[in-house]
Amino acid sequence: MASLLHQIQHQGVTINAPLPLDSGQVLPSVTIAWQSYGTLNADRSNAVLICHALTGDQYVASDHPATGKPGWWARMVGPGKPIDTDRFHVICANVLGSCMGTSGPATPDAATGAPLGMAFPVITITDMVRAQAMLLDHLGISRLHAVVGGSMGGMQTLAWAATYPERLASALVIASAARHSAQNIAFHEVGRQAIMADPDWQDGQYYGSARAPTKGLAVARMAAHITYLSEEGLTEKFGRRLQARDIKSFGFDADFQVESYLRHQGLAFTDRFDANAYLYITRAMDYFDLADPHDGRLAGAFATAKDVRFTLVSFDTDWLYPTSESRRVVQALQSVGAAASFVELSAPFGHDSFLLDVPALDRLVAGALGSGF
Amino acid sequence: MALRPDLAIIADAVPSSARVLDVGCGDGELMVALQGKGVDARGLEIDPANVTAAIARGQSVVQGDANRDLADYPDDAFDYAILSQTLQTTERPDRVVDELLRIAPRAFVSFPNFAHWRIRLALLWGGRMPVTRLLPVAWYETPNIHHVTVSDFRDLVRDKGIRVERVWHLSGDKPASDAAASWRAEHAIFLIAR
Repeated sequence: MASLLHQIQHQGVTINAPLPLDSGQVLPSVTIAWQSYGTLNADRSNAVLICHALTGDQYVASDHPATGKPGWWARMVGPGKPIDTDRFHVICANVLGSCMGTSGPATPDAATGAPLGMAFPVITITDMVRAQAMLLDHLGISRLHAVVGGSMGGMQTLAWAATYPERLASALVIASAARHSAQNIAFHEVGRQAIMADPDWQDGQYYGSARAPTKGLAVARMAAHITYLSEEGLTEKFGRRLQARDIKSFGFDADFQVESYLRHQGLAFTDRFDANAYLYITRAMDYFDLADPHDGRLAGAFATAKDVRFTLVSFDTDWLYPTSESRRVVQALQSVGAAASFVELSAPFGHDSFLLDVPALDRLVAGALGSGF
Repeated sequence: MALRPDLAIIADAVPSSARVLDVGCGDGELMVALQGKGVDARGLEIDPANVTAAIARGQSVVQGDANRDLADYPDDAFDYAILSQTLQTTERPDRVVDELLRIAPRAFVSFPNFAHWRIRLALLWGGRMPVTRLLPVAWYETPNIHHVTVSDFRDLVRDKGIRVERVWHLSGDKPASDAAASWRAEHAIFLIAR
């Protein structure tokens, strides 16, 4: 439940400096929760920032404090892994607007002490990046060896290159895009409407009450989860197989395995995520379009990022952020003369491929960070 | 590991600190050699396994098709474009040459010479499309869809008003004399310029 979620203690820092937001509002101070792995070297040149996805968190390679499950990228990050913590000091911060210790809608109002709820300002991907930069300033890290991210993490990585090009040597963008498409926005709107249509949402002021919009959040997660998988993957995993029964029930139980799976995914999600945070972060993604401040010319966003080495990776079964979106970024980078690498990898898992066992991705990540694997 | 002879010639001829696009860069072998002498090398490669291998070697390579994706590079983005052993596989070699000399003032183009005497003999006496060391695949599955000879290429660049700055001919991986190259060169490397 959301109330239990907010009782978890996270390692973090409160920075008492204003954070000006794209909306024009200002956060007077910001709390950022983060995890780090590996040792920062003497000249502070081996820091790698990992940016997490929509429902990700800072527990990249450590057990999740709410679910006890291994970190979401434990297969990629660790000693001797492609992002080698014997070589790199890896930092991952919970994004602004989220629910794992960083400032977001569950943060108490400074005046009243009550959770802000929908009074928390709407934030953007670039605002998330600004908050991360404040954390790095606090940690005394002026320049990153690399920024790495998949999905929404890739959007932050692109925003890093566009906003602070002098602060990173390389950018690794996996299964991502430089804008949210109409289809992307449409799926997010379904999720948001599911949450807001839940009577337990209570206009976002559910934190103090015994009720939370878990049903709405679960439906949002179910809809989104479909977009993370490929049709081929779903067919292979479930087909039309029935769940724990031999014949159809002629009712509305979860007859099909795929229904049962989605219901489980939806419910399990509510143990580790806050509905309002889901609203805020999906909104931030929908507002994301790096070309927007440059009259629709994406190249404009990278005009000052010529010296950043970019690596982009897409997956052939990812229909959420398809290869064409990565190619669009590569074209913009080529037009400004930035060093860009791009490959479309073949993997059966759809958008989620970036989290799963794709050996070619491991080699690419290690290579892009400048280490053989 | 020793570079393929045509690649070694190109690696040697590119001045250090040049900006280079290697079109059809494979697994980045030439790029690594160029990088070793201070060249800023980028690559374009169609095969994802090769692209992955090249990126894993630390090279900047974009997965793409020389028939289509050269258009994404701005004019004069590079000092040299390199097209090694790829011209004969493109849909329109003439247009690819135009693109190379749009994105760079100079280009290295290397290709197997289809008029080498062994090929001539095989066709003359065998009456079948030759299968050779440099063109090892049968006609029905070969990627080499536009067989070209040294003389053909000279005609093409002359018709286009393209300058030939230098030519290297190879036979059995060794330099071949320019005399009777049309017969005796297995392989040619042209340095062309606008």
